Amino acid sequence: MKNIFSSRAGIIVVGAVIGIGAAFLQYFGNPPNMGICVACFERDIAGALGWHRADVVQYLRPEIMGFVLGAFVAAFAAGEYKPRGGSSPLVRFFLGVFAMLGALVFLGCPWRALLRLAGGDGNAILGLLGLIFGIFIGVLFLKNGYSLGRSYAQRKASGWIFPALMIGLLLLLVFQVSFSPGGPIFFSLKGPGSQHAPLLLSLIAGLVIGALAQRSRFCTMGAFRDMILIRDFHLASGVAALVVFAFATNVILGQFHPGFEGQPVAHTSFVWNFLGMTLAGLAFVLAGGCPGRQLFLSGEGDMDAAIFALGMIAGAAVAHNFAVASSPKGPAAFGPAAVIIGLLFCLIIGFTQRDKMSV
Amino acid sequence: MAAKRIDARGLSCPQPVVLVDKAIAAGSTDLEVLVDNEVAKENVARLAARRGLKAEVRRDGNDIVIATTKT
Repeated sequence: MKNIFSSRAGIIVVGAVIGIGAAFLQYFGNPPNMGICVACFERDIAGALGWHRADVVQYLRPEIMGFVLGAFVAAFAAGEYKPRGGSSPLVRFFLGVFAMLGALVFLGCPWRALLRLAGGDGNAILGLLGLIFGIFIGVLFLKNGYSLGRSYAQRKASGWIFPALMIGLLLLLVFQVSFSPGGPIFFSLKGPGSQHAPLLLSLIAGLVIGALAQRSRFCTMGAFRDMILIRDFHLASGVAALVVFAFATNVILGQFHPGFEGQPVAHTSFVWNFLGMTLAGLAFVLAGGCPGRQLFLSGEGDMDAAIFALGMIAGAAVAHNFAVASSPKGPAAFGPAAVIIGLLFCLIIGFTQRDKMSV
Repeated sequence: MAAKRIDARGLSCPQPVVLVDKAIAAGSTDLEVLVDNEVAKENVARLAARRGLKAEVRRDGNDIVIATTKT
């Protein structure tokens, strides 16, 4: 069966759907310029579970569950569901941790960087430039034989663990389970965590985007990587569609507010917007996908991607417990140190993880 | 000339593409690339097309073989 979504037209349609969907999710209640943000939403999940106690960013975001489950169903239907794993899981876990630290110094994953741009936030330009710079460094490693090694087929049932976890989180959300007075589960009463579209709408959007992205292999990191590495603009056309359609939808819905100062859930430190995303971009290349793509892969049965996603959720807890995550006031006390440690970690991984494969 | 064989099974993208592109850059046109997932197949086939090679895809058990030749 020919996969229509992996065509050029297909990836553009998928990018457009994500862009329009994100703008509408914001319209229906998600935080400003954060219609969809994989890093922020995983951070909110970590908060809801009480892994960090930043009371403004706690919510079990159904978009995340939808991404994994939508991809799971789509992969299953297409005969692409394939449990696999064993390619340097611990390295991937820490790439996930540091990717999240970098993303939370900037305040967003690549999806949100694009959506912030489409909402008029000029600071996103610095983030995107940093992202591209990080990806550029990663591509140099790829050209020099960087590899985390092969993955291997795993038993069928082990691929269900991550989707099952998502169903569990979804049930906790639907029934608003409280494990002790006051939480967990924690739900923000103010701040971005308190802003969310209706549950069913978020879930359906997540499922649709998850399924489409699984079919089309949509990946924001991959878009820049492929342009730099092999001058391939396939994924990039999807990313461009995301920005253009999110921008147009924002204009129509009155959500476009150009400027640098006072942008929602953003700060104006050029240096740390840039370097935070440099770290994130480098970690994404080394792990083989942006945070969204890692969720779609984990739905397909890729347990290495699931480990990366868990690393990101753990990283969110680290970021908020240890004063790494930025706030609208600017970078936090230990944000810069975390970025430098993360860059060192990624460079060491880049230099040391190589396969001596003859071609 | 016997086709050059590249075993890219279990490698996550873009590594299969990097290996194939290196081989093409080194002058090979007849390649037999082994992958084990649809994404790698699509990416390798797309790269081959972009590099002006003809790609034929066949199944071999759980693996997918992409054979490239000069057009």
